[in-house]
Amino acid sequence: MPVLDDYEPIVGAQVLDELRLLAKGLGRKKVVHVNSTAVGGGVAEILNRMTPLLNELGVETRWEVIKGGESFYAVTKKIHNALHGDPQGLQEKEYQEFLGVQEENLKNMDLREDIVFIHDPQPVGLIRRKKDAGNRWLWRCHVDVSNPNPGVWNFLRTYVEQYDKAVFSAPVFSQKLSIPQAMICPSIDPLSEKNREMTKSEIDGILERLKIPLDKPIITQVSRFDRLKDPVGVIQAFKRIQKYQEARLLLVGGTADDDPEGAQVLLEVKEAAGNDPDILILLLPPTSHLEINAIQRASTLILQKSLKEGFGLTITEALWKAKPVIAGAVGGIPLQVAHKYSGILTHSVEGTAYWLKQLLQNPRYAKKLGENGREHARQNFLLTRHIRDYLLLFLSLRYPSQYVVDL
Amino acid sequence: MKAKNVFVFKTQLSLVESTGLKAKDLAELSRYLKEVPEESIYYHTHHFLQQHQYLTPEPPNDFAYWVTNVLQEDEMGERLAAIDTVSFSSLDSMRQAITGSIDKYLEKAPFLRTAPPAEEFYFMKCILFALPTLYKAGDLGEFLDGLNKVSIGCLYNHIFAARLRTPIGMNDFSYWLKTDLGETELAKSIDKLDPYTYTMEGLRKKIIHLVEKRSGKSDAGP
Repeated sequence: MPVLDDYEPIVGAQVLDELRLLAKGLGRKKVVHVNSTAVGGGVAEILNRMTPLLNELGVETRWEVIKGGESFYAVTKKIHNALHGDPQGLQEKEYQEFLGVQEENLKNMDLREDIVFIHDPQPVGLIRRKKDAGNRWLWRCHVDVSNPNPGVWNFLRTYVEQYDKAVFSAPVFSQKLSIPQAMICPSIDPLSEKNREMTKSEIDGILERLKIPLDKPIITQVSRFDRLKDPVGVIQAFKRIQKYQEARLLLVGGTADDDPEGAQVLLEVKEAAGNDPDILILLLPPTSHLEINAIQRASTLILQKSLKEGFGLTITEALWKAKPVIAGAVGGIPLQVAHKYSGILTHSVEGTAYWLKQLLQNPRYAKKLGENGREHARQNFLLTRHIRDYLLLFLSLRYPSQYVVDL
Repeated sequence: MKAKNVFVFKTQLSLVESTGLKAKDLAELSRYLKEVPEESIYYHTHHFLQQHQYLTPEPPNDFAYWVTNVLQEDEMGERLAAIDTVSFSSLDSMRQAITGSIDKYLEKAPFLRTAPPAEEFYFMKCILFALPTLYKAGDLGEFLDGLNKVSIGCLYNHIFAARLRTPIGMNDFSYWLKTDLGETELAKSIDKLDPYTYTMEGLRKKIIHLVEKRSGKSDAGP
């Protein structure tokens, strides 16, 4: 696992100095993170990388995982869908199941650290311990709750509003609450397999193995086969430029065995692609981090033509690789892409086709967008910035309602 | 020559919070601009300088960017982009200039364009943390050394945030050079720079050049 000094060539010594100063300013605080899964998913991935670095900084950090049975996770899945707007609510017994698991976990969890950092709705009810422990509690919401099922949201809100502060990834995902709300974007780790630097021969080797020819500029979209990622719209946009431009479209997604809807979308994508030899559809297992890294690095342009999106970390990955990106202006994407500065934002198939043509025909402009995008990612979306924001968040608990703090 | 007081380089870092307010058109933008706290005005007119500090030309302030790119009210967007941030010595006077400009436009606007759902203007604010770095200066040589080593956040704090802090009304470097080192001319030449027209690294180079010139270390322009 990397140590802080490993990040110095990427972010500079000053950024690391700032982290050390902040950690010193915070004093010897103890923090415990609680989420619902130890492996898989973005939250676990970030906590896995971040926890050792916080400890190295002197912020004693532990990470606990809430335990529940199948019926609990069936309920939390329903809650997740309801937060995304699913009108189906929860039955009384499901609420009781949810609360019962919180009580069971409290029996085995101490949670008396200075700061308790709860991630997502699954462990939100652990807040009951706050009264006895007298410590500070944070609720980090990684989900878009802008249009939730009102009944389920009102239930959760009674718990959320007992916290000292809530944290959302972007204002567009948040809700009006009676407690302060910090905005902290997620991040990518520049030293992970998916983002680390690669040599040309490494990249070429992987592309050869995956049978991706390099004779034409490659336009790539990396995303699961989901209608909200609009893979068919991507193909339509690509077909519009084919008579003007030699290029190859690469749609990279996961295998769809366990997702009936994904399998259906994949069929639609294959149908839209027809027999066009310049449209490649590639299915990769979820562990293919290095393969994705190589494909992104070998691409001329990266697309993310989403119709709805979370923060959009695939965009962050592309920006970090200095790739010009064309992306839908939805979810967290506009936070990452300033139109015509660090990439291109579009709203339609036609707009996407127009900008594909523009960028392929103006490689200097495309290169400049890519360079700006990389700097934007370096300054704002790397793990070190995420750690800095968490340290500031911890410090802010000491100075409630102050907006200038002289440390 | 030694300074009367040592200059401590301090960096500024900020934590962004939501105000819970969002505007969907120019009328709402103006209304909420009048009621949001000053730290929200500061955030929306300054944070892009740090976030996009590598870009020349820099994108305009958040209000101008939203009005131009989301509402597509080009004339109003242009006016907001042209608001001379450097000419205000307080956030309140900047707030009045922005709302005044929007209200004047609204008087004549035939209809209001509305932002698409989820592209409304979200009013944010920030908590500013100033913390001392390891760098200190007792004379021009040490000052130059510090300038070369400190972070972008530190430059930002002493140049941009300082101007809006009362009662100084000028950047911290010029204030210290003038009052603690008697370097009145150098102080003036740094204070005369329009920092909003440089990238942060460009600004660092320019100030270093001015200090080197004064110390007799450089004659060439940056």
